[in-house]
Amino acid sequence: MTPLLDIHGLSIRTGEKSLVTDLSFSLSPGERLGLIGESGSGKSLTALAAIGLLPDALKASGSVRLDGRQVIGARDRDLVPLRGTAAAVVFQEPLTALDPLMKIGRQVGEAVKRRATRDRGATDKASITRKVRALLDQVALPDPDRIINAWPHEISGGQRQRAAIAMALACKPKLLIADEPTTALDVTTQAEILALLARLVSERDMALLFISHDLPVVAGAVDRLVVMQHGHIVETGLVGDVFNQPNHPYTQSLVAAARAFDDALEIAE
Amino acid sequence: MSDTNTIIASSEGRKRRSWTFTIGAIIVGLHLAIGLMTLVWTPYDPAALSGGRLEAVSFLHLAGTDRLGRDLFSLIMTGSRIALTVGTGAIVIGGLIGMTIGLLAAFASKTLDDVLAAGLDILIAFPTLLLAMLIVAASDGASLQTAIVAIGVANSAIVARLTRILTKRVLAMDYITASRISGTSWIGVIRIHILPNIWPTLLVNLALQFGLAVIAEASLSYLGLGAPPPNASWGRLLQEAQATVYTAPIGAIAPGIALVSLVIGINLLADGLRDLADPTRRSRR
Ligand SMILES: Nc1ncnc2c1ncn2[C@@H]1O[C@H](COP(=O)(O)OP(=O)(O)OP(=O)(O)O)[C@@H](O)[C@H]1O
Ligand SMILES: [Mg+2]
Repeated sequence: MTPLLDIHGLSIRTGEKSLVTDLSFSLSPGERLGLIGESGSGKSLTALAAIGLLPDALKASGSVRLDGRQVIGARDRDLVPLRGTAAAVVFQEPLTALDPLMKIGRQVGEAVKRRATRDRGATDKASITRKVRALLDQVALPDPDRIINAWPHEISGGQRQRAAIAMALACKPKLLIADEPTTALDVTTQAEILALLARLVSERDMALLFISHDLPVVAGAVDRLVVMQHGHIVETGLVGDVFNQPNHPYTQSLVAAARAFDDALEIAE
Repeated sequence: MSDTNTIIASSEGRKRRSWTFTIGAIIVGLHLAIGLMTLVWTPYDPAALSGGRLEAVSFLHLAGTDRLGRDLFSLIMTGSRIALTVGTGAIVIGGLIGMTIGLLAAFASKTLDDVLAAGLDILIAFPTLLLAMLIVAASDGASLQTAIVAIGVANSAIVARLTRILTKRVLAMDYITASRISGTSWIGVIRIHILPNIWPTLLVNLALQFGLAVIAEASLSYLGLGAPPPNASWGRLLQEAQATVYTAPIGAIAPGIALVSLVIGINLLADGLRDLADPTRRSRR
């Protein structure tokens, strides 16, 4: 099977400084991959490079093939049709993930409309509204009538994140990139969003690239792990293998921290 | 308990703000109505010598007469039209040029952005007066149009700088990236995200520029770079009243009140419009 996302020898630099160095990994359709590493290790940059949205100040080299197409060096115009259909992103910060001056319903509706236009489907108001409602139902947003007419600042962080997921789903992507989608949320909400992502990914047969610095969070959501430190990959493998036999000292410390947390829970029980 | 408090506080806030909008709209509407009316009717021909020199306020001359004997009330009414023309013209020119350059700079490469930013700083440092003189020199002579263009161009630098900063701030937000990922073109991003987000702040700034434009026209007129006679702008009336301000203060007071009321009205209106355009302000506070 040809990989959906194939990154080979990716390096990202600003001027003289190398932020990501010689990164390679690939992701098959329907596969769930975790990208884990400490803050500043280059996880978000890797995700942006995968869809060709790095800031202009950063230069990427190497090869990134998304759904069979080369992203690095491609003109922005050529990437527009690829984005959304091939990959969509859910971001870390629910507060900035939604336009503060657009009601939730219209915001999700814009994404639905763009996808419908591409598919040459119906773009009349009624069918868009119907699809928006269906999406809000799918991400289990309560009281969709209120939410559709609410401004982003009128709903909770968890609800905003659900709305952002609904927008990503509206694109019907083959790959969902979740960049620390639960970091800003409390533990209960975090668990709910993770369960929601797991359900949606399996229901829609999407591939998932899950980015986090929290090993226990990633471990439950993915099959395979890529561990990054200072812009390098230090370890890759199936979740179980990495957990049982971490090779790199950084991975060992991550696993140890996760274990210590588990033990603390057991003692508490 | 605390919930009901916030609800009460927010509905009070809404009421208070809709008052600013209403009062602003009434004042500006009044100026507009008077300005339009002068096209067909004024109590006296504003250019005609309809009374004695420096007559006091009376039923015949509601704001007295100037030192030539022209009816001040009629002159001030015509002034409304000129002020609205100058203000609107200047912010339309300034807004269009400024927003275009600001957006360009925000999207441009680093080098072009630096060049544009430096150019704007120079333009901002350039006195409006000097600019007006250059434009007058380059055209057939001083007229209302040259004054409007000069003020508009001077305004555009300030609008451009503000647009550039506001746009860059919006561009850094995740929802822009998310929108780009879902396949929105840059034009689409500008239309659905950037303009609505920068508009409330720009609007208030443009209202400020409107007031400043009316005042700038006054100083241009003072130097003979504004609308030539018989166009009686408030600035020209103020300037002419200077010599007689102790003997007949009404000549300065009346156009002064007209000017101040229009500037206040425009700012109240813009405040109200901003609150309508920005939902976070509408329900907060
Ligand atoms: N536009 C930029 N210009 C220069 N350096 C940048 C830029 N964006 C990110 N960096 C740098 O690149 C490095 C990696 O950033 P990145 O956002 O990928 O980290 P991350 O792994 O996602 O961290 P976190 O877990 O905190 O989100 C950081 O050191 C950051 O300072
Ligand atoms: Mg990050």
